[in-house]
Amino acid sequence: MKRSFRILSPCGILGYGFPNASFQHGLEMKPDAIVVDAGSTDAGPHKLGAGVAIVSKLACKKDLRRLIVGGAKLGIPVVIGSAGGSGGRVHVLWTLSLIDEIVSEEHLERLKEVIVWGDIPKDAIKKAMQRGDVQPLGRNVPPLTEQMVDETTAVVAQMGIEPIVKALQSGADIVVCGRAYDPAPFAAVGVEHGFDLALSYHMGKVLECGALCCNPGTTKDCMMGELFEDCFEVYPTDPNRICTPLSVAAHTFYEKEHPYLLRGPGVVQDLSACSFESVGKNRVRVTGSSIRPSDGYWIKMEGARLKAYRTFVIAGVRDPILISKIEEVEQAVKGSVCRQYCEIDPSLYRIAFYNYGKNGVMGDLEPLGDTPHELGVLFEVVAKSQDLASAICASVRSTFMHYGYEGRKATAGNLAFPFAPSDVEFGKVFEFSVYHLMKVSDPCEFFPMEVR
Amino acid sequence: MDRLVDLAKVLRSKNSGPFEITLDVLFDDEATYRRVKDRHVITEQSICKAYKLKREDIECIVFFDMALGVKITFDRKISSGTCFDRDVYGAQQHAPLMELLVP
Repeated sequence: MKRSFRILSPCGILGYGFPNASFQHGLEMKPDAIVVDAGSTDAGPHKLGAGVAIVSKLACKKDLRRLIVGGAKLGIPVVIGSAGGSGGRVHVLWTLSLIDEIVSEEHLERLKEVIVWGDIPKDAIKKAMQRGDVQPLGRNVPPLTEQMVDETTAVVAQMGIEPIVKALQSGADIVVCGRAYDPAPFAAVGVEHGFDLALSYHMGKVLECGALCCNPGTTKDCMMGELFEDCFEVYPTDPNRICTPLSVAAHTFYEKEHPYLLRGPGVVQDLSACSFESVGKNRVRVTGSSIRPSDGYWIKMEGARLKAYRTFVIAGVRDPILISKIEEVEQAVKGSVCRQYCEIDPSLYRIAFYNYGKNGVMGDLEPLGDTPHELGVLFEVVAKSQDLASAICASVRSTFMHYGYEGRKATAGNLAFPFAPSDVEFGKVFEFSVYHLMKVSDPCEFFPMEVR
Repeated sequence: MDRLVDLAKVLRSKNSGPFEITLDVLFDDEATYRRVKDRHVITEQSICKAYKLKREDIECIVFFDMALGVKITFDRKISSGTCFDRDVYGAQQHAPLMELLVP
């Protein structure tokens, strides 16, 4: 076993970009692997449901080219987790098409590409449901029904390290993973080289966000992680950033429901006994990470279904009389539109108003009730079809524009539209319909490997 | 009395998965962290009041001494990015927490 093992993480999400200088500096430090997380559910269910990427082709290809060329030059593997953002079949295929272009443009056909798919067949989910091996991930996640599974466009699950280790053992130069637990591709590389599972996972957790654990933090810059037998160290490759014990410890908190117990596929990481210490001017050494097998091997599934179609309008209000009674007027407009379309079943559409400047961000949770001098009003109609959403929204707009509320002086119009036309057809709205755990007997069962 | 925002180094909100919001408050010195922790400023009661939540909406409030921080996780009323959600990333739900007063 090597005394230490270095993993270069170029950025927090593939396609977010990273400075050339930092990346070159990272390559000069002779890493043993380049690993990048491409995934997130942060942007909502649309990417998964609609089968689109979270970053542009231009941005993703630009990053990928540097990783593939850099990896080939050093003869080290490049591992991509949650390809295309959501990690479904269509997202992996999109990523592969970019890799094909790069490989051909850079004459790197010699590289061995291995895919680890992360799609879960619906009949397998239904069988697991019948066995009682599916449960919601969280108290406010509805229990899964067969109808919800059928309505879901595609289901992925977060793979653990096991299928990725297999892919690495096959001698892959480029590993393209479907949906993966964010730290898993990093941990897999460490474990495959004989390093401790707990340290490998914890280092993966720090590295998967790029340089976010630094001061100043960002997802758009490179981090190096170095595994040793009894600890790991992390440090930025950009000399303008540093890691401090606090910045790294604090990163443990990020986007997790619990600060030091982190549940992943088949494992629970316990970081409560960790120590973080400064080494040199920009490094942090971490010791004391621990991990234990979870009670049964559960994988986290994600899926989205079509919920509605949306049309919306953005407008401004400056009239102080209207601002003082904005909610009242909006409810009156809503009532008027419903009466105008009394022949349409009201369960087929919903009208909503968001008053930016008042409680647009927090809605009912907003504790303050100040009256502003200007409001940004966003209204939307979500409906069973795009045509219906647009028709109702147009009526909301015209009714609101000319609504004669009590005390009105400005009888020429109620709304300042920044754009013409004012109505925007948004398209499909999705929701997370699957956010459930499924128990599996084999960690690789649903994550088949394919050599290209 | 100081406002929590004036004592914290980091005070933020974010999704922890599409069905929960998590609030993080991090400090850069132990004395301030201890002051907030020991004076019971962040409790189910104070969070419920600041966010108009019921106790059962709160998933956990956990202090992590090693990182000089506290994490508060509560259930979303509407899951991320679907109809009528107002904050897909959950990144702007932290302001009421800033105003808590620390003796």
